[in-house]
Amino acid sequence: MSRIRDNSISWETFNEGLWKENPVFVMLLGMCPVLAVTNSAMNALAMGIATAFVLVASSTLVSLLSKYIPKQVRIATYIIIIATFVTIVDYVIQAISLDLYNALGAFIQLIVVNCMILGRAESYASKYRPLKSIVNALGMSAGFTIALLSLGVVREILGAGSLFGIQLFGDNFQPWVVMVLPPGGFLVLGAWLLLFDWVNQRQQKKAEKQEAHHAS
Amino acid sequence: MQADSLSFIFLNTVLANNFVLAMFLGLCPFLGVSGKLSMAVPMGIATLFVMLVSSISAYAVNIILVALDIEFLRLIAYIAIIASAVQLVEMTLKKYSPTLFRSLGIFLPLITTNCAILGLALFQTFYQYNFAQSVTYAFGAGTGFILAITLMAGLREKLVLSKLPSVTQGAALSLMLGGLLSLAFMGFAGLGSVH
Amino acid sequence: MNNPEANDEVSTTKEHQADTPSLRMISVLTGIAMLSGFLVVFTSQLTAPAIAENQRIAIEQAVSKVIPNSVSHREFALVDGQLGVVEKGSNQKIVYAGYDSDGEFLGIASRASAQGYAGMIYLLYGYDPFCQCIRGIKVLKMTETPGLGDKIITDKKFQKNFEQLDVQLNKKHSALKNKITMVKQGSKKNDWEIDAISGASISSNAVGKALNQSAQVLLPELYPLIEQLKQAE
Repeated sequence: MSRIRDNSISWETFNEGLWKENPVFVMLLGMCPVLAVTNSAMNALAMGIATAFVLVASSTLVSLLSKYIPKQVRIATYIIIIATFVTIVDYVIQAISLDLYNALGAFIQLIVVNCMILGRAESYASKYRPLKSIVNALGMSAGFTIALLSLGVVREILGAGSLFGIQLFGDNFQPWVVMVLPPGGFLVLGAWLLLFDWVNQRQQKKAEKQEAHHAS
Repeated sequence: MQADSLSFIFLNTVLANNFVLAMFLGLCPFLGVSGKLSMAVPMGIATLFVMLVSSISAYAVNIILVALDIEFLRLIAYIAIIASAVQLVEMTLKKYSPTLFRSLGIFLPLITTNCAILGLALFQTFYQYNFAQSVTYAFGAGTGFILAITLMAGLREKLVLSKLPSVTQGAALSLMLGGLLSLAFMGFAGLGSVH
Repeated sequence: MNNPEANDEVSTTKEHQADTPSLRMISVLTGIAMLSGFLVVFTSQLTAPAIAENQRIAIEQAVSKVIPNSVSHREFALVDGQLGVVEKGSNQKIVYAGYDSDGEFLGIASRASAQGYAGMIYLLYGYDPFCQCIRGIKVLKMTETPGLGDKIITDKKFQKNFEQLDVQLNKKHSALKNKITMVKQGSKKNDWEIDAISGASISSNAVGKALNQSAQVLLPELYPLIEQLKQAE
């Protein structure tokens, strides 16, 4: 495979996770952290980066080792690899900031059971070359992080009247507290999905109309 | 640390700090397998089963980890026991209760990647629960899960029969329902703190 | 240290490819486990100093908040009514003694906890033996409802309760002379009373309960040790 061709594939491979198969909005994978840690934009971003690291690192390793891993034990191997990188992230976050570590709580360690990561290892990294797997993992991570941020930003603005900890409104602002509480997570994600479905349906209808137009 | 009483732990995990509705653990099956009551209930029972087994094994493994001073391996060890616990439950069921196995069987592998199980193991370690507390915690979490998924399935079964805008027929609707349930369960917060 | 071994394992798997699958499975799993063990140990060793430093800073900040003017602190373990050295990992009762820039002893900080609205509330409070009062509290960890229960941190009026909260001991030095009591907002009359926050009464009551429970036990135990603490620099 030539270098140029590899790159041209890469945009598609990247875009897959970013938009077409966005892990949160389209595939509904890894929902636990999506709802649990998105009560502020900062937490959402940190979670996104942590997940991205684990996803990219484990995809790389799985892709490199896939030739040597017998089929019967592959899931066990993938899980061990993922758990290793999660433990590493766990320690690194503790070293960077204890406040952040306390805010994310057990959800850093729960990255292990994020179905998105195991799913990528099984369906992508074990089949493609390291470079392609990395690009794909990066795309998936970007899609995941954007989804987390889109929830975190909305919930923080509505529920606390701030963004990344900076107050946006005057003292008279009455925060919509329920948005940073558990129900807010469900409701905001539900609203985003509604928006997504609505846009998709409109586009489909438009395309159908155009097709009908062309046909006539 | 103040010792929490067993009844408090149980009620707290079932209602006030429901694993699904307040702590967002185990959402995949909650959204995925809650379409029909006949599927949701066995899924809930299977989860409760695995929770009890893995809670006990996690408790035992943690003692070894602490004794050997190798707590940094906790995560890897826990995920390994949970996978084995699921396998164990599967084999036991197959041997002793083939009927139950037939109805629960397909859900068991799914449970391995249910974050509620790993979350349970991690939280019971974090709270430094003793053996009885851990088992109660697992039992409460499992019961809470059954409660949440059953309620959800009941609601969704009713909604199939009602007229809805086409956009809302999908995950969005489930999430909105989840939000309302979660809001309702917030009413339980503070339970047990009024002495 | 383990890395070369792990590499060996991977290369041996190559040689074993023709062998029985089970042997290969075992060797692959061993190899992966070794690699993962190496990575985890390596990271935990690498980050351990930074984590310890972070924890130290966190405690330092908390102590300096609850003991005003303190710039340094020392940890002591309370064992059988005596001050001891803190042993790592054991379940000791730990107190922090705060000192000012001249090394003068200022007060003692200790942990307290009670059941709040949504979970346990953990806090650190500073005891000043010179005025026999509590000088400040800092909530270390809680899961109270944002906007309501977290007023125990953000409400300035509530925090003012703890600038000089009376915790005198009785004549026998066996318990507090006046129990720390919670009163309705705005009805505080005595120095040992705490004005609760209306709208967050369960959370604020929990703070009072935690303080009372801890102080009733700790202060009598600490009383004979104060002189010793003043000298220990």
